Amino acid sequence: MTDQNSAVAQGRPPATGSVRRIRLPQKLRNLELGLLIVACVINAGAIVLVQLGALGRVDTQLVLLGAGLSVLVFGLHVAMRFVARDADPFLLPIATVLNGLGIAMIYRIDIANGDVGWESAAVRQIVWSAIAIVAGIATILIIRNHRVLFRYTYLSGLIAIVLLLLPLLPGIGREVSGARVWIGFGDFATFQPGEIAKIALAVFFAGYLVRNRDSLSMVGRTFLGMRFPRARDLGPLLVVWALSMSVIVFQRDLGTALLYFGLFLVMLYVATSRLSWVVLGLALFFGGALVASQTLDYVGNRFANWLDPFSPERFDAQYGGSYQLVQGLFGLANGGLIGTGLGQGRPDLTPVPQSDYIIASLGEELGLAGVFAILALYLLFVARGFRIGFAGQDDFGKLLGVGLAFVLALQVFIVVGGVTRVIPLTGLTTPFLAAGGSSLVANWIIVALLLRLSDTVRNHPRLVIDG
Amino acid sequence: MNRELKRVTMVALLMFLALFVSSTVIQYAQAENLAADPRNSRTLYASYSVERGPILVGGEPIAFSQPSGDDYKFQRVYSNGPLYGAVTGYIPVNGEATGLERSLNDELSGRSSSQFFDSLNRLISGQDPMGASVEVAIDPVAQQAAWDALGDYTGAVIVTEPSTGRILAMVTKPTFDPNRMAVHNSEEVQVTYDALLADPGDPLFNRATGGDMNPPGSTFKLVVVAAALESGQYTPDSTFPNPASLTLPGTDAVVRNSGGGTCGGGAEVTLADALRLSCNIPMAELGMQLGDTAIREQAEKFGFNDEFAIPSATEPSVYPRGLDEPQTGLSAFGQGDVRATPMQMAMVSAAIANGGIVMNPDLVDAIIAPDFTPIDEFQPSEYGRAISEETASTMTRMMVNGVETGAASNARIDGVSVAGKTGTAENGEDDPYTLWFTGFAPADDPQYAITVLVEDGGGLGQEGYGNLIAAPIAKQVLEAVLNK
Repeated sequence: MTDQNSAVAQGRPPATGSVRRIRLPQKLRNLELGLLIVACVINAGAIVLVQLGALGRVDTQLVLLGAGLSVLVFGLHVAMRFVARDADPFLLPIATVLNGLGIAMIYRIDIANGDVGWESAAVRQIVWSAIAIVAGIATILIIRNHRVLFRYTYLSGLIAIVLLLLPLLPGIGREVSGARVWIGFGDFATFQPGEIAKIALAVFFAGYLVRNRDSLSMVGRTFLGMRFPRARDLGPLLVVWALSMSVIVFQRDLGTALLYFGLFLVMLYVATSRLSWVVLGLALFFGGALVASQTLDYVGNRFANWLDPFSPERFDAQYGGSYQLVQGLFGLANGGLIGTGLGQGRPDLTPVPQSDYIIASLGEELGLAGVFAILALYLLFVARGFRIGFAGQDDFGKLLGVGLAFVLALQVFIVVGGVTRVIPLTGLTTPFLAAGGSSLVANWIIVALLLRLSDTVRNHPRLVIDG
Repeated sequence: MNRELKRVTMVALLMFLALFVSSTVIQYAQAENLAADPRNSRTLYASYSVERGPILVGGEPIAFSQPSGDDYKFQRVYSNGPLYGAVTGYIPVNGEATGLERSLNDELSGRSSSQFFDSLNRLISGQDPMGASVEVAIDPVAQQAAWDALGDYTGAVIVTEPSTGRILAMVTKPTFDPNRMAVHNSEEVQVTYDALLADPGDPLFNRATGGDMNPPGSTFKLVVVAAALESGQYTPDSTFPNPASLTLPGTDAVVRNSGGGTCGGGAEVTLADALRLSCNIPMAELGMQLGDTAIREQAEKFGFNDEFAIPSATEPSVYPRGLDEPQTGLSAFGQGDVRATPMQMAMVSAAIANGGIVMNPDLVDAIIAPDFTPIDEFQPSEYGRAISEETASTMTRMMVNGVETGAASNARIDGVSVAGKTGTAENGEDDPYTLWFTGFAPADDPQYAITVLVEDGGGLGQEGYGNLIAAPIAKQVLEAVLNK
């Protein structure tokens, strides 16, 4: 920690070289523009291939809708030319290509199911993508300096709690396939507020930990070579743990609980450098999960399916069986190394192939090569996020960047790991790919925040040189 | 802070590494195992989504695939299903395929190694994958004649070409419509299958090449006479004692001739007369003189105790090892533990017709790729020499006499010399007989070898006999093909 950073963390407005904007060519933005064009060509190509593979002809309507989306993405790019000139050039193209691949695959499932018009999940996904990208543009335009968020630490925490509780409210709470994590009004616009909550939580954790890390890291007694915190400092950890456990019990959503808790632990560790927190936290969480697996049927089923999905009693079980898991494995195996080709596999044989299982659908039609490419894109995205953590100038920004990047990595791990039997299967959306508006909005806001954070990372050293 | 960040980066990297490994395990290492799982409907749909090649008889499809508009994409259709069911078999959406649908599945579905480049070509040029077509040797005239002649009897008819082994007709009854097993509804298929399985007439049997095999009865005398002539110690004029009954040594079992009395007149009977009149006692005497080893070795030269892929799998006919003297005596007229399929007996007749050389039986003439290039064309192949040319011509004369003046008289055809041998086999004390005819025509220039099997005594219990029921069926079929 340098003095300058402390000062920054306290909210001093950054100096910006306004003259420089005119002088320097926007190399980063030009790179981004090139990559964006590539991404949009890939997306349009994917939709055309789906149509050729599954319909045998090209239908221009959906291509045009996709083109409309590209216009919005370029809109975000243009906005950045003015307000985030030095932002990371890779984040936006990666998000764009993942979003587009997702739309192509959702569209492909629509064709298999015979859904058209507003019945079509792909059309809804495109509309949601438009809303999400507009939300991203708004985020980057409104939040000109991420340190503003530091002021709203506790408000963010409150917002997160409220968003989490919303689905439990009678009237607007909705239960979908057992998990009570949705809200809706009438039959209209179901939304998973938990997706937005993860951003609010990341902001809250970052702000809270920057403020309180001294007391969390400095005191305590040493045991087994690790310094354990004092009992009264355990409060925050216990609160988040209780929050996660209540998500498991009341919302019946194992994946989300793991996501929140994992996010908190990592940010706590980065902020305090204390491994003991992680050890304590993991012990608490797995202790809780173990109890849950014994007492809650749905958790127990998930574990049993994970351990032995091919046993006839698991496969044929009427409720909570391994049918979906095994169908997903069959689909991935069907794809093999190079896949069946877009529109030519049978991803529709797996339940919910367009949301929880979209990675299995993509794996079937694009093969192991496609899965590797998608995972590599996520990995690159996450690496760009971590880069903010390494090169960032202020602790709040560093923590927030790491938190947002890690939450995305963890989410990919939980859902893809669940599908590929690394861990028990839990329902989570695959970022950018899966059908679902709330997830898209949340992830595009994450893109905007990471772009904003990366802009400041680039800014500072240059500013020193210019100045 | 950066030290912790490095560790978190490592954790994230490990998480992704785990995903790379797990997806590789599933999509590469375990892919084949997963595809082989019987619950994997993708594998099933994939085997249907290829336009399966047709099975052709004289250029006309007897099995073909047409677009179905459902998950399976193509519906398999068996035109004239019951008539050709023994040839085509069927391919169900659940359970195993049978017949050529099973044995040539790789070729029909375009997955055989010889079709690899063709498939690749179609993939690159954007054409839908398609299986090869199979042209079978079946002669539609012979097949229809065999179907009509067999009528409502339980049994089988098989016609082969002696010089090549090509199977020209193969009919089994009772049978069923394979289209019923090809419906795209696994429950319906299961119900149909269970009903067929429970049917006392055993319609699922292909009696021409398997099923519950029957004792060949007197048709097996051809094998014993062949063994005798080949030994060099016997000629058609060799004589045997001619009693009206024979008690097998060391037993109470009494052998009688089918007429009940002696074999023709006289105290002794020649080998030629014994075969012509199909007498059991002299054959039992001959068999015991030859011994079971000599008979078995001769039988095995004709193909007994061996499997043949035509290319559908067939049941091996049986001549057991280690028979004692009375058992050998019984085996000499095709009783005891001897069992034979019509295809095996057709091979015996065809070998005699073919100068002593046994040809491997085969149903398939050609396998043709979708672009009309032949993948595989029929080449006659020898199983081996069973008897000398001399023995073959001697036996042909004896079999012609059997039809002209002997026990197989109902196979006579005006203007054509027919060689034949009937059989009437006992199954148990009170059970109906099994009736046989095996032979070939024309005897001087053999074009067709035929074997007829009628189970269940042809409905006459122990009143039916080979010449009464089986020989006329053979005659009707031979007339039809010779008059083509």
